[in-house]
Amino acid sequence: MSFPLLTATAVLPAVGAIATAAVPAARRTAAKWLALLVSLATLALAITVLVRFDPDGARYQLTESHAWIADFGVRYELGVDGIGVALLALTALLIPFIILAGWHDADPLETGSRRWRPTQGFFALILAVEAMVIISFEATDVFLFYIFFEAMLIPMYFLIGGFGDRAHAGSDENAAAQRSYAAVKFLLYNLVGGLIMLAAVIGLYVVAGNFSLQEIAEARANGTLDMATNTERWLFLGFFFAFAVKAPLWPLHTWLPNAMGEATAPVAVLITAVVDKVGTFAMLRFCLQLFPEASKWATPAILVLALISIVYGALLAVGQRDIKRLVAYASISHFGFIIMGIFAMTSQGQSGATLYMVNHGISTAALMLVAGFLISRRGSRLIADYGGVQKVAPVLAGTFLIGGLATLSLPGLAPFVSEFLVLVGTFARYPVIGIIATFGIVLAALYTLVLYQRTMTGPVKPEVSAMPDLRMRELVVVAPLVVLLIFLGVYPKPVTDIVNPAVKSTMSDVHKKDPKPEVEAAK
Amino acid sequence: MNPVNYLYLAALLFTIGATGVLIRRNAIVVFMCIELMLNACNLAFVAFSRMHGNLDGQIIAFFTMVVAAAEVVVGLAIIVSLFRSRHSASVDDASLMKL
Amino acid sequence: MENLIALLIAAPLLGAAVLLTGGRRLDAVGHWIGTLLAGASFVFGAILFADLLGKDAEHRTLTQHLWSWIPVEGFQADVTFRLDQLSMTFVLLITGVGSLIHLYSIGYMEHDERRRRFFGYLNLFLAAMLLLVLADNYLLLYVGWEGVGLASYLLIGFWQHKPSAATAAKKAFLVNRVGDMGLSIAIMLMFTTFGTFAFGPVLGSHEKPGLVTGASEATLTGIALMLLLAACGKSAQVPLQSWLGDAMEGPTPVSALIHAATMVTAGVYLIVRSANIFNLAPDAQLVVTVVGAVTLLFGAIVGCAKDDIKKALAGSTMSQIGYMVLAAGLGPIGYVFAIMHLVTHGFFKAGLFLGAGSVMHGMNDEVDMRKYGGLRKYMPVTFVTFGLGYLAIIGFPGLSGFFSKDKIIEAAFAKGGTEGWILGACALLGAAITAFYMTRVMLMTFFGEERWRRSETPSPAEPSVEPAAETHGEHAEPHPHESPRSMTIPMIVLAFGSVFAGGFFSIGDRFLHWLEPVTGHSHGDAPISAATVTAATVTVMVVGVTIAWLQYGRRPVPVVAPRGSLLTRAARRDLLQDDFNHVVLVRGGEHLTRSLVYVDHTLVDGVVNGTAASVGGLSGRMRKLQNGFARSYAVSMFGGAAILVAATLLMRAV
Repeated sequence: MSFPLLTATAVLPAVGAIATAAVPAARRTAAKWLALLVSLATLALAITVLVRFDPDGARYQLTESHAWIADFGVRYELGVDGIGVALLALTALLIPFIILAGWHDADPLETGSRRWRPTQGFFALILAVEAMVIISFEATDVFLFYIFFEAMLIPMYFLIGGFGDRAHAGSDENAAAQRSYAAVKFLLYNLVGGLIMLAAVIGLYVVAGNFSLQEIAEARANGTLDMATNTERWLFLGFFFAFAVKAPLWPLHTWLPNAMGEATAPVAVLITAVVDKVGTFAMLRFCLQLFPEASKWATPAILVLALISIVYGALLAVGQRDIKRLVAYASISHFGFIIMGIFAMTSQGQSGATLYMVNHGISTAALMLVAGFLISRRGSRLIADYGGVQKVAPVLAGTFLIGGLATLSLPGLAPFVSEFLVLVGTFARYPVIGIIATFGIVLAALYTLVLYQRTMTGPVKPEVSAMPDLRMRELVVVAPLVVLLIFLGVYPKPVTDIVNPAVKSTMSDVHKKDPKPEVEAAK
Repeated sequence: MNPVNYLYLAALLFTIGATGVLIRRNAIVVFMCIELMLNACNLAFVAFSRMHGNLDGQIIAFFTMVVAAAEVVVGLAIIVSLFRSRHSASVDDASLMKL
Repeated sequence: MENLIALLIAAPLLGAAVLLTGGRRLDAVGHWIGTLLAGASFVFGAILFADLLGKDAEHRTLTQHLWSWIPVEGFQADVTFRLDQLSMTFVLLITGVGSLIHLYSIGYMEHDERRRRFFGYLNLFLAAMLLLVLADNYLLLYVGWEGVGLASYLLIGFWQHKPSAATAAKKAFLVNRVGDMGLSIAIMLMFTTFGTFAFGPVLGSHEKPGLVTGASEATLTGIALMLLLAACGKSAQVPLQSWLGDAMEGPTPVSALIHAATMVTAGVYLIVRSANIFNLAPDAQLVVTVVGAVTLLFGAIVGCAKDDIKKALAGSTMSQIGYMVLAAGLGPIGYVFAIMHLVTHGFFKAGLFLGAGSVMHGMNDEVDMRKYGGLRKYMPVTFVTFGLGYLAIIGFPGLSGFFSKDKIIEAAFAKGGTEGWILGACALLGAAITAFYMTRVMLMTFFGEERWRRSETPSPAEPSVEPAAETHGEHAEPHPHESPRSMTIPMIVLAFGSVFAGGFFSIGDRFLHWLEPVTGHSHGDAPISAATVTAATVTVMVVGVTIAWLQYGRRPVPVVAPRGSLLTRAARRDLLQDDFNHVVLVRGGEHLTRSLVYVDHTLVDGVVNGTAASVGGLSGRMRKLQNGFARSYAVSMFGGAAILVAATLLMRAV
């Protein structure tokens, strides 16, 4: 038997989490370095997976399969397709940056008077989330996926509720109340979604008799497993609801601004760039593969919801006064694009959506982490408390602008490629929806530039006049992200090469073909 | 004699017991009424055993007796300690079962 | 030879990368790096031009494939460049004028501590603009299209500490984004119609059109109108013209390069490049001509009322691009002349802006023409070069503008029918107004009394004896002086272009023969002879100049602007277009977002929180049932058991 590479990518951060948590209280710095090293080692493993993955080979590769709960046909089955491997790499890539950006976020405020070891806990929880996210990208057993899809809520809950943003406008008590409200809201929303999904998972078992994604999808494809139309639709809705909460899709989105606003910036990145991606990824992998007919049935409604998310998220972002909530609403708009791309059922749309997940991860990380650096300097999240930062800290302002430009999908930066693919893919089948979604690009420019103008330009406010520019550690976090944004904007081929075959298989799962160009169709 | 009559008797005893549980305040009496209900059940079991011609009902009757004996031990102990702390054996004086 | 094309773009791109990431170390040499790389790009352009000239007219298209950009199932976008006569013309204009303006900026930005960054942005602009004109497909063009928008955003807002500059930059980007939306919809339409958006397959050549012939006219009209929307945004045409006036907040070299000579003409390039689409969509062409005609009048009227020298020139730019768009809308009759006017305009308008910059440089950055006057004595070089640019733009016979504008007016008449007459009349009227407002600028700036002298304009609010220390700075009386050599040389070169380019292009129809293979050309049938049109053009020009002289030359110009007629006041406010935008879009948008934030909080979140609250309330009520009395539990148990038994019996009975 070959080395279980996929298991290793998940086990390594899990073990790292335990080890980090076990570091003695006095050795805080050691715990940080340990966490960073573990995340880098995980990145190395993820790169190995990326190298070993053959885009033109079998659909699921590096598979592992062991019996687990034999009575219920639950197996420990792992395997990655092109989409999974891309997101696996994204996750492994972002975690070191998140750890490095949050280097001081969990330092105890006063030394010596803590019973608990918050620093160790913070980094251990981040690694735990990484392990669970990675395994949910790899799981090809529905039950296995479900377990980790739910389990990642636990460390996330503690990360949001336990390590809030210190830069809060109100009093400490108020901040704690807000934070615990956000954490509980996050947990409840996702638990409700998860419970409905659990019902659907059980329903799927009743219908199919096992939990193996590959077996069920194959049986669905060659007709040996017939589902009654209504059964399929209900099961689809059960799965989709959970993913739509996680993604989040309008109108299930309200937990995200609270969670992202109250959490520290690195944790906010963890939520939106990593954890939420499991939702959109699962739509592609589980909804479309297991319930192709129901997916097509629900497409019009989902597209409309996605469209509302795009426009609504962007409009609300314009109206925000809090930097982090603004980014959160912008993310809601972007998730609308991703979901629209998935359900447009065209190759361009789905490749674009997958690419979008990767690019959105990088661009949001860049914008949010720089915003976090900014906020930690001034101690306020309110846009109105800033002004003229550009003059004092030009590098910070410059990277903030690049992050913003990536968010508004400037051509030449990575998100443009994916956004355009999603738009073109949607337009090919649903022109009206495509055109309305295009308004999103104007609104994106509006909220980004208003944010930049209000915080970075104009006369220097007295409170920011002594603000230091980016430090070395912060530059190390931001610079690679910026380079990646430019590189993937100019040369996205490495990613599309991996993604394209997987999208092709998904398209054949749902029995959809791309619409022919008008000129060709006429001939 | 028709074994069905035993069933009527069991039902009667059960009803008396249940009523007692519901309307009496004294914990000891409530307890005795519970015993009465259990014994009504035992009677029914034995009657069924006779009617069906197998021994299952009688075995369960023994089983019930064992459980009832255990219950009496625990229940009386609780009542005694309640009485000690509150100087009353009235069921309505204790409402400790809510959160 | 093809491999040089990439170097055209690579040189300024390298400059931008080095200058923007280089840090303070490069402060001392940054401007030279920027200028040299812009010059290098021009040299590459010249070499390629020589190469093209050496070939037959049919073989003057070079392509260079670099890499496959976005390969997705059924969708192919490549990084491929295409150099033909049309893009060559632009390359020379962009790198030529661009290099001159780099040179000029060395002097102009001398005292700015962020000069290195300024040159970085300028180089970024050059790279993006070259990408725009060299792209071989619409998506790559889109990259350049937004790239120049970004550079324009950064440069308009270069003095970010001024809130007005930051606002103007944002406005420019946003209005452009509306146009960009048009371009992306056009590309999407092309993709669904043709399956590709590369120039070669879609457009073909003008003799042998590509896939466009297979599409329905409705689709083509849709694509064309969307392209027009894009062009309106970038080229500041009505209804998306509002950003250009505000864009004058940027440093003057930026206004000259981006907002006069090159970037704003990108819309004209787009229309001429897509000629084969427009040729098959006559309805869209009509809209293009209407937009052009309306804008040329709009810009001219605005230009008449502005006292800010740069805003007056901005109005003029709008108006001149209106001419180009009008010409481009005329179809094969006008394409060549649109581009020709574009090139000559590039020379004289850049020259005029640089002249304005030179004036401002000598006048403590004062932009109000009412505080100028009599400057010809103090700035002779600026006066002469500005004057030549002035003569060129009003179409003085023999100078550049005369040849190119005259051709457009002829072409407008040659459109034929009522349309031809109306368009021709608009163009003629525009020429008259152009002569008027440019003469006004000229007279107010260089002639008349020296209104900038403090003693002549005592203000009652100020004390007669001013403390010496406080008069320094903005309030000090300016000491007009000629600008340094690095600024005057570019002005002189551009003045040469303004004088001779038109004649050079027109004699022997050189420009026509050069571009015809790409755009095609037809003569149309003019209802009136070319000589008549020329005579009319010259006549209206003289009339315009005379009126301006009567008003501003003969009489002294008041320092404080008079109230003016209703039209003047409206024109000062950009014909109320901004007010409309403000009321409808800005206010409306603010209300919309504010109410949506409210809705999100109370309604969407409210439903969820309401559910939570009602569950909480329900459980609070249910809790009361748990009173802790054993007997009440017993009752409920008995009740439940009784119901169960009853239900079982009932089911069995049924």
